[in-house]
Amino acid sequence: METNTQVKRTPFYNKHVEAHAKILPFAGYEMPITYSGVIEEHECVRQRAGLFDVSHMGEFILRGPHALDLIQKTTSNDASKLIDGKVQYSCFPNRQGGIVDDLLVYRIKEDQYMLVVNASNIEKDWNWLKENDEWNVEMEDISERTALLALQGPKAVDILKKLTQTDVASMAYYTFERGSLNDTPNVLISATGYTGAGGFELYFDQSQASKIWDAIMEAGNEFGLQPAGLAARDTLRLEMGFCLYGNDINDNTSPIEAGLGWITKFTKEFINKDALLNQKTEGVKQKLVAFELVDKGVPRKDYLIYNSEGSEIGIVTSGTMSPSTKKAIGMGYVLSEYSKLESDIYVAVRDKKLKAVVVKLPFYKQPA
Amino acid sequence: MTMNFPEELLYTKDHEWVKIEGDTATIGITEFAQSELGDIVFIEVDTVGETIEAEAIFGTVEAVKTVSDLFMPVSGEILEFNSDLENAPETVNEDPYGKGWMVKVKLSDSSNRNGLLSAADYKELIGQ
Repeated sequence: METNTQVKRTPFYNKHVEAHAKILPFAGYEMPITYSGVIEEHECVRQRAGLFDVSHMGEFILRGPHALDLIQKTTSNDASKLIDGKVQYSCFPNRQGGIVDDLLVYRIKEDQYMLVVNASNIEKDWNWLKENDEWNVEMEDISERTALLALQGPKAVDILKKLTQTDVASMAYYTFERGSLNDTPNVLISATGYTGAGGFELYFDQSQASKIWDAIMEAGNEFGLQPAGLAARDTLRLEMGFCLYGNDINDNTSPIEAGLGWITKFTKEFINKDALLNQKTEGVKQKLVAFELVDKGVPRKDYLIYNSEGSEIGIVTSGTMSPSTKKAIGMGYVLSEYSKLESDIYVAVRDKKLKAVVVKLPFYKQPA
Repeated sequence: MTMNFPEELLYTKDHEWVKIEGDTATIGITEFAQSELGDIVFIEVDTVGETIEAEAIFGTVEAVKTVSDLFMPVSGEILEFNSDLENAPETVNEDPYGKGWMVKVKLSDSSNRNGLLSAADYKELIGQ
């Protein structure tokens, strides 16, 4: 595994510099945070399309007759349901009731899977898999040589259609195909994303990075495509209520508390299954909720949450001003008795307690 | 991209600007500050009528990704908050030295300009 702590660059670094991006270290990589401005990029993705460099993400290939056994043991969702070309959202539960990481599981073919993990957790996840591998599964970390672009937004299909023979318009959400892109063969085209705006994630060899970036930007020009940074990626995912590891889920939050019961399948065996099943049956003390501020202000990670009597009942895990709804939105853990829709809660912002109300996700519905 | 720092203003290390005219001062944040904050979505100043010492907090500015306190460049009484910013906080991004001004202050008798920076000194501070 990579152990040097020097900040790394993705193969698109020069493209970000040329585009005058604001570049900051994130999860060990110098990443583009914004280009033209977070609100403009956010709206561009919702209305047209945006191109995100997310090459910092980690990718592991697992091969062999026991690859599925290792995935089934370590992840909460049921990967045996996958067929070739299908993707599944999942998480690695730890043995203390928390989450090691959340991930995507791709079934490439029988006995071959790709796991896509968070950049900040690559080493932790790798070690977790190794530690729990009783079958000596063949594992390969292809993170360093894999470029990953997310082309997101309602115009993503039109843009991609110009560059590939693959019938991208017919691809269902959470499916993938291998195809050529421009003149680059063997691109993994995945109908996934983290924005709720529709679109694709494209995995390919990093040697092709520069020409694929240019080809997509050129093809997208007539549709108003712009590069978009991690700041817009965060506001877009939060409007959908998608969890961010390190904020909304971490080593101490359980998938049941986080509302990830839908990816926790008790019909199979996996690490910490019994404790999580017990949580599901007995109920949990705290739950992740979505809320909107009624009073003026902006909620932020780590602000405390109170009830109307002034007792502390929880903590904010993500918050922002929603560019799409212009409302101050957030997610946070509260004692379960306050997790019902329309519950009044109070977020402490500096010296004030601002009124907020528990709402249903998503905060914003992308028009079809 | 070159940033603008008008010569007639004074600046603070906290990235505010101040324009002193007689015994009143107009205060805002610099172009560098708005650029670092990114899209500004809310400005909270509920200190109108209060007398606040130099370097103390008179309000906060919320951007999409971050929040920052606003510090008094000089001691004085907050006379007025720019109420146009309530519905159009993005004005601070668009015109930080003009329509994006934040408060007007009546200078305290004890107020002095010690510690305020010239445009040239401020530019040096931020490496421009």
